[in-house]
Amino acid sequence: METQYLVAIGTKKGLWLARSQDRREWTLDGPHFLMTEIPSIGIDSRNGTRIMVGIRSEHWGPTVAHSDDLGASWTEPEGGGIAFGEDDGAAVERIWQLQPDRAGRPGVVWAGVEPISLWRSDDGGEHFTLNRALWEHPHKPEWGEGAGGGAVHSIVPGREDGTVHVAMSTGGVYRTLDGGASWEARSKGITASFMPDPLPEFGQCVHKIAGDADVPGRLYAQNHGGVFRTDDNGDSWRAIENGLPANFGFVMLSHPRTSGTAWVIPLRADVERIPVDGHLAVGRTRDGGDHWEMFDSGLPEHDYNSILRDAAGLDTAEPVGVYFGTRGGSVYASADEGATFQEIASHLPDVLCVRAAAIQPTAGTEG
Amino acid sequence: MPVVSVVVPSVLRPLVQDAGSVRVELPGQGTVTVGQVLGSLAGSHPLLGRRLRDETGALRRHVNVYLGPDEVRRLQGLDTPVPDGAELLIIQSVAGG
Repeated sequence: METQYLVAIGTKKGLWLARSQDRREWTLDGPHFLMTEIPSIGIDSRNGTRIMVGIRSEHWGPTVAHSDDLGASWTEPEGGGIAFGEDDGAAVERIWQLQPDRAGRPGVVWAGVEPISLWRSDDGGEHFTLNRALWEHPHKPEWGEGAGGGAVHSIVPGREDGTVHVAMSTGGVYRTLDGGASWEARSKGITASFMPDPLPEFGQCVHKIAGDADVPGRLYAQNHGGVFRTDDNGDSWRAIENGLPANFGFVMLSHPRTSGTAWVIPLRADVERIPVDGHLAVGRTRDGGDHWEMFDSGLPEHDYNSILRDAAGLDTAEPVGVYFGTRGGSVYASADEGATFQEIASHLPDVLCVRAAAIQPTAGTEG
Repeated sequence: MPVVSVVVPSVLRPLVQDAGSVRVELPGQGTVTVGQVLGSLAGSHPLLGRRLRDETGALRRHVNVYLGPDEVRRLQGLDTPVPDGAELLIIQSVAGG
């Protein structure tokens, strides 16, 4: 069998799965979980292919579910998978992130949750444990909520055992070097234009972070105003905006193998959350953000919908596939690392989350 | 042993083997409360239980539980007494878009 490409599309009203053998012709399967929002998807390719989804019903609350047969059937843990204890005085509102750890840590899956919290699973995403050090962090009373709520929305497990970066809105970037036993704010240099001190220790509204493929200690951040890079594991950040038409946006993707390559999707501004000039375009850098180039081939001339922080993802094929969806319900795919796009789904509900995988039936899977 | 019937909305019936209602028997004698009935129901049907109440034990905002003509929030909430043989009706509120 040939490689199969899978794009999981989480929307405000259900999950759709797009499949292709060649990344040109796509079929769409769905909706799964009709009338529930799917704000998070994780595709774990470390032992077969497991699709994990965060589900939230306006009536019936949030939970997680997973499928080991590419969406043919779904399993929901009886206890809800992610649930606070009786003494925590809190309830899960929404699961914002499901992030498999690196290949060398099989079974470990991280979850970012609203209210602002980080959770870890050691059984492949079926049952999660609250990270108490972050939950009880002394900064917590000062963390805030963005328009969509307050949550850990980015989780970047490091190469070194024990290193994890997370980002939250609002709060900024936090880093652990001891496997989550302790956390320190690591947002120095990232701006917070909405605060009296525009360069606070913490409190920034970082929208998304991603780790570089190969350079140790390098991460990228799309901030609430500003695109940044750190080369010292988060100790300091500097702006990287040369060539971008705007520095606002939500998406930050980094190449799974090629150092220095990353993607953003700029929006006009905080107070004007549309593609710049109403024209959808994707920014790509090949040099770690020192220069950006904009690509719009195959994208519509006019589109006034925004792209949410997790509504973009990559596969791991060669060349890498780039995928993103809009709040207008369109999903675009590129099989050439973002140089050209085609629309693979349209008129869906608001796209909240997009994740992709290249599945190799005979040699395990990638994703 | 008090017995209460909980009527489940159609959208949740797959969680209770497609039954229209679930018979809940509670140990002991005397009056039971809505919270005790829902707690017992969650024990036997945990997926259903999580859809009705969150981890703090609170009824989810858009879940309404009726005892007769009254939504229990207008009575004593989860502490509302439920007579033996009564019926609790679960109805989702008008919400969403």
